Order: sequence, then C-alpha cells, then structure tokens
Amino acid sequence: MTNMDALDLARWQFGITTVYHFLFVPITIGMSLLVAILQTAWVRTGRPHYKRATKFWGKLLLINFAMGVVTGIVQEFQFGMNWSSYSRFVGDVFGAPLAIEALVAFFLESTFLGLWIFGWDRLPKAVHLACIWVVAFGTTVSAYFILAANSFMQWPVGFTSASGRAELEDFGAVITNKILLVTFPHTVFGAWLSGGVILFAVSAWHLARKRDVEVFRPSFKLGLWTSLIAFVLIFFSGDTLGKVMTETQPMKMAAAEALYETAQPAPFSLFTIGTLDGSRPIFSIEIPGALSFLATGTFTGKVEGINDIQAQYQARFGPGDYRPYIPITYWGFRLMMGAGALAALLALALLWLSRRGRLPERPWIWRVAVWAVVLPVVAHSFGWIFTEMGRQPWIVFTQMKTAAGVSPSVSPGTVLVSLIGFTLLYGVLAVLELGLMIKYARKAPPPEDEQPEEGKLAFAY
Amino acid sequence: MTLNDLWFVAIAVLWTGYFVLEGFDFGVGILLPVLGRTGVERRVMINTIGPVWDGNEVWLITAGGATFAAFPEWYASLFSGFYLPLFVILVALIVRGVAFEYRAKRDSARWRAGWDRAIVFGSAVPALLWGVAFANIVRGVPLDARHEYAGSVLDLLNPYAILGGLVTFTLFTAHGAMFLALKTTGEIRRRAAGVALRVGAAAAVLAVVFLVWTQFLGGTAATAVLAALAALAFVAALGAVWRGREGWAFALSAVAVGVAAVTLFVVLYPDVLPSLPDPANSLTVVNASATPKTLGIMTWVAVIFLPLVVLYQSWTYWVFRRRIGVRDIPA
Ligand code: HDD
Ligand code: HEM
Ligand code: HEM
Repeated sequence: MTNMDALDLARWQFGITTVYHFLFVPITIGMSLLVAILQTAWVRTGRPHYKRATKFWGKLLLINFAMGVVTGIVQEFQFGMNWSSYSRFVGDVFGAPLAIEALVAFFLESTFLGLWIFGWDRLPKAVHLACIWVVAFGTTVSAYFILAANSFMQWPVGFTSASGRAELEDFGAVITNKILLVTFPHTVFGAWLSGGVILFAVSAWHLARKRDVEVFRPSFKLGLWTSLIAFVLIFFSGDTLGKVMTETQPMKMAAAEALYETAQPAPFSLFTIGTLDGSRPIFSIEIPGALSFLATGTFTGKVEGINDIQAQYQARFGPGDYRPYIPITYWGFRLMMGAGALAALLALALLWLSRRGRLPERPWIWRVAVWAVVLPVVAHSFGWIFTEMGRQPWIVFTQMKTAAGVSPSVSPGTVLVSLIGFTLLYGVLAVLELGLMIKYARKAPPPEDEQPEEGKLAFAY
Repeated sequence: MTLNDLWFVAIAVLWTGYFVLEGFDFGVGILLPVLGRTGVERRVMINTIGPVWDGNEVWLITAGGATFAAFPEWYASLFSGFYLPLFVILVALIVRGVAFEYRAKRDSARWRAGWDRAIVFGSAVPALLWGVAFANIVRGVPLDARHEYAGSVLDLLNPYAILGGLVTFTLFTAHGAMFLALKTTGEIRRRAAGVALRVGAAAAVLAVVFLVWTQFLGGTAATAVLAALAALAFVAALGAVWRGREGWAFALSAVAVGVAAVTLFVVLYPDVLPSLPDPANSLTVVNASATPKTLGIMTWVAVIFLPLVVLYQSWTYWVFRRRIGVRDIPA
C-alpha cells in the first residue's frame, strides 16, 4: 500500500473517533447545567418533585458521561499516535491548552462528579449541590481549552515558525484567538440546545402517557425554554462566526455555499438539486443577498468565489488544490442550520401548545417531540464536519497541510487494525448505551419518599 | 535546575501519581473474580473505587497532555512508536470505564457477567502493558535520525520489557489487595489480606530482579539507593499486612510503587527516550523539549493547579473513608 492510504485511514479514524466523542460531549455540557439548575430549585424550594427530577435526569447524565470520558482518552492519544509530524510541528503551542484542559478541567469534572454521584448521604445538602455546579463549570472550561487548541488550527496566532516548527510567542493571543472567542460560545450554546432538547423530548414521552406529570411538566418547560433561548444565542453567535470565518478562511465560506464565482450581492440557497458539488444547479431555492449578509453584514456585500480564491492561494502558497470537498461543506452547513432551526421551531410550537397549564392531546405531536432528540445531534455533527473538512487541505491553516502531518512510522496496516477495532467497539457500545438511555428514559422517576434502606449506601454501582 | 529538568520532574510526578492511584484500582479490577465470590461481594469491591477511579485516570490524561506540551518530540515519538500497545490499552480503558457505570444498570446475570469480564480485561491488560511500555522507555528503542520509531512491535516484546510488565501486573494486584483489605469488612477483607501476601511475595521477587537488571542498564549509586528503598517499603508493607495493620500496609505499598516509578525516571534522565542501538538519535530533556516560553507558562499553571488537585482529591478520599461491606450494598 502507498503512503496515501495511511493518510486516508488516519483521517477516517480521526473523523470517526472525534465525531463519536462529540455525540456525548454536548449532552454532558448541557445536561450537567440543567441538572444543576433542577437541584438548585429543589434546595431552594424544598419541593420533592424537583429532587425526583434531579435524580431522574442525573441518571441519564451519568450514562452519557461515561461514554464521553472513555472516548475522550482516545482523542488525546491520537495526536501522537496518528499525527506525529503534526505533533512535532505544533506541540509547543498546541500542547499547552490540552495539558491545561486536563489539569484545570478534567480533574474537576471527574473528581466532583464522583463526589456528586456517591455523596447524596455523605455531604451536607449545600456542598452536594455545589459539586454538580463544579461539574457543570468544569465541562464548560474543558470546552474552552480544547477549542483554544482547535482555533489555533483554524487561525494560527501568537507564534513564529522561523525554526521550522510553530513556537509560542504570545500565549495571550492563543487563548484570545478571535475564532475561539466566537467558537466557544457557539459550541456551548449548541450544547445547551442538546440538553434542552433531551429534557423536552424525554418529558414528552412521559407526558404523552400522563405519567408523573408533576415531575415532567416542569422539566418539559425548562427544556423548551432552554432550547429556544439557546437557539437564539446560537443564531447570533453563528452569524458572528460566519463573518469571522469569511475574514479568516474565505474559502470555507465560499465552500459553504458552493459559490464558484465571486458574487455581489451573493444569494444563499436553501436547497439545490443539481450536480452533487453544486457547481451546476438545476433547481434551487435562493434567498437573494442572504449570503452577503451572513458573510459581510450587508445585503450587497461582495463574497469571493471558490475559483478566485483558488487562484489567489496558488499564487500565495504554490501550485496545489486548495478546495475542500464541496458536497460535504455545502450540505453540512445546511444540515447544521436546518436541524437547529427545526428544533427551535418545534420548541416554540410546543411552548405555545403547553401555555398556561395546557398540554397537547394529539399523539402525533408527542411523537414528533420525542423524535426531536436527533436534531441537535445532527446539527452538531455536521457543524463540526463542515468546520474541519472546510479547513482542508490544511491541518494548520496556511502552515501545514494535512498530508504532511501524518505519522511516517505507522504503517497503513497498523492504522487499519485500530480503525476497524475502534469502529467495531464504538458500534457495539453505541447499541448498549442507546439501549440503556432508552430504558432509563422510560423509567419512572424515583418516588417522593425514597429513603436509602437503613444503614445502606445511598448509591452504589 | 533548568526548566527542562523541572518539567522532566513534573512528568515523572504525574506518571508516578498515576501508577500509585490507578495502580490500586487496576488491582481491584484484576481481583474481581478472585476475591468476589458472589455478585454482592463483587459490588462491594467495585464500590470501594467507584467514587475515585475516574479521578485517578485523569492523572494519565494529564501526564499525556503535559508530555505533549513540555516535550512534543517525546510525545510524538513515543505515541506513534508504541502505536499498537497503546491501541490495546485504549480499548481496555474504554471497556473498563463503561463497565463500572453500566454493570448495575440491568438486572440480568448475563449482562453483569459480561461487564465483570470487561473490568478484569480492562484492568489486567493496562496493568501489564504499562510495565512493558515503561521498561522499553528505560531500555531504549530503535529511533531514526528524525526520532521516528524504527523498530517493529516485536522489538517491544523483549525479555526485560516482559519482566517489567509482570512486575507492574503483580505489584498493582498486591497494591489493590491491600487497598481492599483497608476499605472492606468481613470475608473480603480477610481474603484480600491473604492474596496481598501471596501475590505480594511474587511481586517482591520479580521487582527485585527487575530493579537489579535496571541497575545494570544505567544505574548509579542514587538509583541503587532508591531501588533498595522501594524494595524495603514493599517488604515492610507485606509485614504490615501480616500483622493486620492495613492502613500502614497500603501506605507503604503506595510508597513502594511510587519510589519504584521514580527510580525508573532517575535511570532514564537525562534521556527521555534513548535510542538503541544508536545513542546519537536519543531524545533527551534538551532536544525533545518545548521552548522556555511554553515551559514557563506551564510551570505557572502547574504550580497553581496541581496542589489544588491534590487537595480536593485528598478530600474525596476523606469523604469516602468508611469501610464498606456486603451489608452496605442496597438491593
Ligand atoms: C446545535 C448545534 C448548532 C446549530 C443549531 C448551529 N450551529 Fe453552527 N456550529 C455548531 C453547532 C451548531 C458546532 C458543531 O458547534 C460548530 C462546529 C465548529 C464550531 O465552532 O461550532 C459550528 C460551526 C459553525 C460555523 C463554522 C465556523 C468555522 O468553521 O470557523 C459557522 C459559520 C456556523 N456554525 C454558523 C451557524 C449559523 C449561522 C447557525 C444558524 C442557525 C448555526 N451555526 C447553527
Ligand atoms: C468535537 C468536535 C470535533 C469534530 C466532530 C471533529 C471532526 C473532524 C473531522 C470529521 C475531521 C476530518 C476532516 C478531514 O479529514 O477531511 C477532523 C480533522 C481534524 N481535527 Fe477535528 N473535530 C472536532 C474537534 C477538533 C478539535 C477540538 C481538535 C483539536 C484540538 C481537532 C483536531 C483535528 C485534527 C488534528 C484533524 C486532522 C486530521 C484530518 O484532517 O483528518 N478537532 N476533525
Ligand atoms: C469541541 C471539542 C471538544 C469538547 C468541547 C470537549 C469537551 C469534553 C468534555 C466536556 C468532556 C467530559 C466528559 C464528557 O463529556 O462526558 C470530555 C472528555 C474528554 N475529552 Fe473532550 N472535548 C472535545 C473534543 C476533544 C478532543 C479533540 C480531545 C483531544 C484532545 C478531547 C479530549 C478529551 C479527554 C481526554 C476526555 C476525558 C476526560 C475525563 O476523563 O474526564 N476532547 N471532553
């Protein structure tokens, strides 16, 4: 096999393991916050149904968290295993945020989550409550530092590369990268949407059956409001992200619209039937000027096309193909926005239908509400696939190509073994985790007067 | 001490912390079918480490991240060179972590038996392979001029490395047994002490052979003293088990594991990954390191946060200090 194969395999492995990790991470970030809010409501009001809700959602959080943790370790090891040349090149800049993430965030999360899970009967109420807030805080901090590392790949700042590797010059610049400052809120708001949708979708399943209404109605409302507010925040941060992206990586914006020729004003197509890569539309629904607005903030702004940017990059970086794979960027961008918008519209409709003590009657409404659970997952996965594939062929934008980053000493056969191994393992675990999630999502919350049996642990594995 | 040396020490501290802490929870996992004769007994064992194993594992994640930041070349050569063993370790850690969380979540004997096997596999394999990996780091591996690994997987399975694996495997098992003797009541506690003595005796013999061999590979007077100290602490731990002093036993075995790990790092220094047979390609604390700027920033972060971590993790152990037994496990 040729070297090309090792590169492709390593890319597939990275894509699969990272997308997989990110199925769980947003749910952890979003749900830890919502569980903390519910527990706070219980501690402050003393109403037992808040405690029951806390315990119910806490269970789901834990089932999900376990997968986030174990898939995270793979992420950290992979840079060295599959991308050793990349690691040598960026380590001086890129390693620090990763190490800080572990030292500052992961220790907090894992330790205080252990205290929260097992501490119901060991800690004073307020201390126990503080533990879940620390977890929620820790998960958010971890997002910040991992995104600091990622933002360096999107828009490298604060370094010199005179010596042939990226060397840190200004750490402040790295952790205030302008990409980071918008990516971080956008990603965290996305995580809130994930948490919110899980709350309302699972509550819908119970409410449709009129079970434990006193627990699930407040959760339903909390989920709906969280989703709606999160989406508004996502929208505005996404809009800012679009502008920063146009400034830093104009090729990615052009690829998001499959805009081959520079246009002023540029339309945004909601949907296109044509060649797969959008180069020749047959049928297309367009909003005039919308892409101009997303990219520049005015409806008449000029948006550069793929062909022009390709020519500029060839002049700047030498011969080569600087175009990402357009079908993925085009559809990835639409799926992200579309799935998110659908979730938000649904939340709005359900809020209306459940106003002032009402609840919808029609079974199909509930069914739709339950299935909404897939929407944030789709939005997140495709958002990241768009972002990472839109950066190609660069692994560190303008500094290093992906092909140059791969480990030279690792053979294609070796990568194939781990790729197959991880994929099979992840497949099996996905089935088991989904089965448990569904089982525990359908369980009744614990009863109001639940007391640990005399002399026994309040919680045990 | 230069910043490079300081960071070598910091990495050594992180790995040592990892081996001392996760060492005992690996041991508990390995002993699951040995000491846990009934389902409830196995649950007792798992619950002794339930609140802490994830926090222990973060020492590994931090060691990895800190190596990346402070010695990027070391991180790159080591992780790509040891690709397959690390892949196996990752698989093991994945199934193990999930197993703790999922085992009790279905009321089915088959389900639980499956996860029990996952816990044993997930604990035994890394306990063995970390020893193999570290022995290879100390002994040296084939590196080319770009510091890329130039050997094959089979080169990693040399006698010295395999002995290293057996040492960590037995040592962690005994360390885990001492932890269980300290944290449980009743039958498990009694059996754990017995196993600690038997496995501990085997671990002591293997460890002494390994440390003497290590001494020949590149030892100095200082490493000889350290190795002797580790051995002494471990023998004292066994003595304490014998006399029923479980607190002392566990503390001494923690010291033994820790000092043994430190010994290896002292032998390694100033290399971080020696090249065999051509020492010219070796990675050292100088040629593998990040810039002083990065090391300086990392120093500040570590000085502030590492003591905090030690503080709140110690508090966790304090909160869950009580022994547990069969009677504490809810239905
Ligand atoms: C629930 C998830 C979700 C939803 C509903 C949206 N996004 Fe998003 N978006 C993400 C989740 C996400 C993400 C997965 O978190 C990404 C990937 C990288 C990043 O920073 O966030 C992302 C990336 C991302 C990027 C690329 C950034 C880059 O590559 O530099 C842009 C321009 C937008 N988003 C814009 C939007 C707009 C205008 C939305 C309008 C509604 C939107 N997103 C909805
Ligand atoms: C969790 C959200 C993320 C997802 C879902 C994701 C997804 C992906 C995907 C699909 C690729 C493959 C692109 C391609 O090969 O065409 C990729 C590449 C890459 N990503 Fe990410 N990514 C995420 C976050 C990150 C972060 C936070 C980092 C850095 C800290 C990172 C580092 C990389 C690297 C090094 C590559 C290069 C390998 C390659 O091009 O295949 N990613 N990512
Ligand atoms: C946007 C991208 C990412 C975010 C926001 C993120 C965030 C998180 C969070 C919140 C956790 C806690 C556990 C859980 O979620 O269930 C976690 C686990 C983990 N993540 Fe990610 N992650 C991202 C991508 C990555 C990448 C690319 C890496 C590789 C360096 C990584 C490394 C880890 C590790 C090592 C863990 C395990 C920590 C533990 O044991 O608690 N993550 N991540």
